[in-house]
Amino acid sequence: MNILKFIESFTDDSLMNSTGSRRDSFSHFGNIGKNLALASIPFGLSALTNKAFAKDITATPATPIGALQFALTLEYLENEFYAMALDSGVIPASENGGRDLKVFQQIADHESDHVKFLIAGLGGTMSPNFVPKPTFDFTVGGAFDPFHDYPTFLALAQAFEDTGVRAYKGQAANLITTPDLLTAALQIHSVEARHASEVRRLRGLKGWISNAERGAGMPAATQAVYDGEGVTMQAGFNTATAFGAAAGSEAYDEPLTTQQVVDIANIFIV
Amino acid sequence: MKNEVKIHEVDPSLNSRRSFLKLSGLTLVTTGLVLAGCSDNDDNNNMEDTSLPGVRNGVFDLGSGDFGVLTYAYALEQLEADFYTKVVNSTNFNTIFNDTERQVLTDLYHHEVVHRDFFKAALTGALPDPSSQLLPSLAFNYGSLNFNSRTEVLATAKALEDTGVAAYNGAGKLIKTADYLLLAGKIVSVEARHASAIRSLINPNSKDFAGDDIVNMSTGLDDAKDPSKILPIAAGFITTKFTAKYLP
Repeated sequence: MNILKFIESFTDDSLMNSTGSRRDSFSHFGNIGKNLALASIPFGLSALTNKAFAKDITATPATPIGALQFALTLEYLENEFYAMALDSGVIPASENGGRDLKVFQQIADHESDHVKFLIAGLGGTMSPNFVPKPTFDFTVGGAFDPFHDYPTFLALAQAFEDTGVRAYKGQAANLITTPDLLTAALQIHSVEARHASEVRRLRGLKGWISNAERGAGMPAATQAVYDGEGVTMQAGFNTATAFGAAAGSEAYDEPLTTQQVVDIANIFIV
Repeated sequence: MKNEVKIHEVDPSLNSRRSFLKLSGLTLVTTGLVLAGCSDNDDNNNMEDTSLPGVRNGVFDLGSGDFGVLTYAYALEQLEADFYTKVVNSTNFNTIFNDTERQVLTDLYHHEVVHRDFFKAALTGALPDPSSQLLPSLAFNYGSLNFNSRTEVLATAKALEDTGVAAYNGAGKLIKTADYLLLAGKIVSVEARHASAIRSLINPNSKDFAGDDIVNMSTGLDDAKDPSKILPIAAGFITTKFTAKYLP
């Protein structure tokens, strides 16, 4: 019932008492800017984090280089998340015929490749366009336990992959002037979608997103990752007409803006 | 001749005035589907406008540019939609597939029909003269494919979905209008989700959902193919003749 504990940690009582000290929480509520941002931040956890000391990433410019820098930061996050999970032993090695471990080893390989590919695309680590890896805290100040609690790991993996798909989609227009970069980004984008589908299916969900549903077992606080996915009008065409809104919305994935993704990523950056 | 799909028969329903009129009744909102590339035609009567789809030398050609790419996508979505329609209507659908498989295949049927109908409606709304420029409803022939064979259906679905992903990935760079690029992007990730799920049904306890046969092992990049590489694959099933002389 770890997932219940996970959800319970979002209640006010445990927010004040279990994770992070009361004093920290109060001091952050005093931070008006951060407090205002709460509404838009998925997981609703900014009050639990040491955001007063955070080195937040900021939105990249709407240029091809900016899009690659943005993509690299997301790939850093995914790469480190899966590498730490594999090191931690949280992923069961023998269940489902070893399926879970094989799946996450493959995903980890791809994210590692994506990091290398994007660094090379930006001209290498000595290039002025290079952006270094931020410092991540996947426990978000102790609120999450993804490397000891497998359901929490799976829930975060789903959130990261579904976010990744939406994030790359939101960058496509920034790459329209650079066809080769656009193609490479599309080639990463579809791999993230393959990952998202498999992680969702490992969790007993459909591989695609129905309406704006986060899916069973996902904490309510992840809802912002899925908000806006329920669109059923595409260029004036009602996709719900033939088979209903769920099927119509599943047939299309929606983009996230750079700022929306930055807000999600910053929760895990210290 | 470049990118010519083999002829078996020509669909007689081509350009059915009735179906065109029915679509016009949809009163499409065409915001974001502003037509591109045909405003200057009157000044260039001596130049053939290759951007518009339509019959050239007696054969329907997909054209080039945004309309060409969208029409190309419409052709591929027609194929996928037709395939899954036949799958879910096959006589043994309920016995050869388990609950999970039926759910996946039914969802894919829904999604692909929505994609096909979307392109038909969007192109009808955006093309200057859809009655002559909208790709007709294509005819298909699956040869010896046994729709009552789980193995054959899933293998074909895998091929179609992987091909769809590679097709969209390869065509993205040909799109000049950001709104169209985003629409293609909204669809391609769903095709990739499909490909992953079908691969996972075929070989669940494995890394095949994003296997080394499709995702490059050193770059982590999915496949991307030009239309000239995709259409010969699709031509195995499409019997209506059309050409794509102006797409790479």
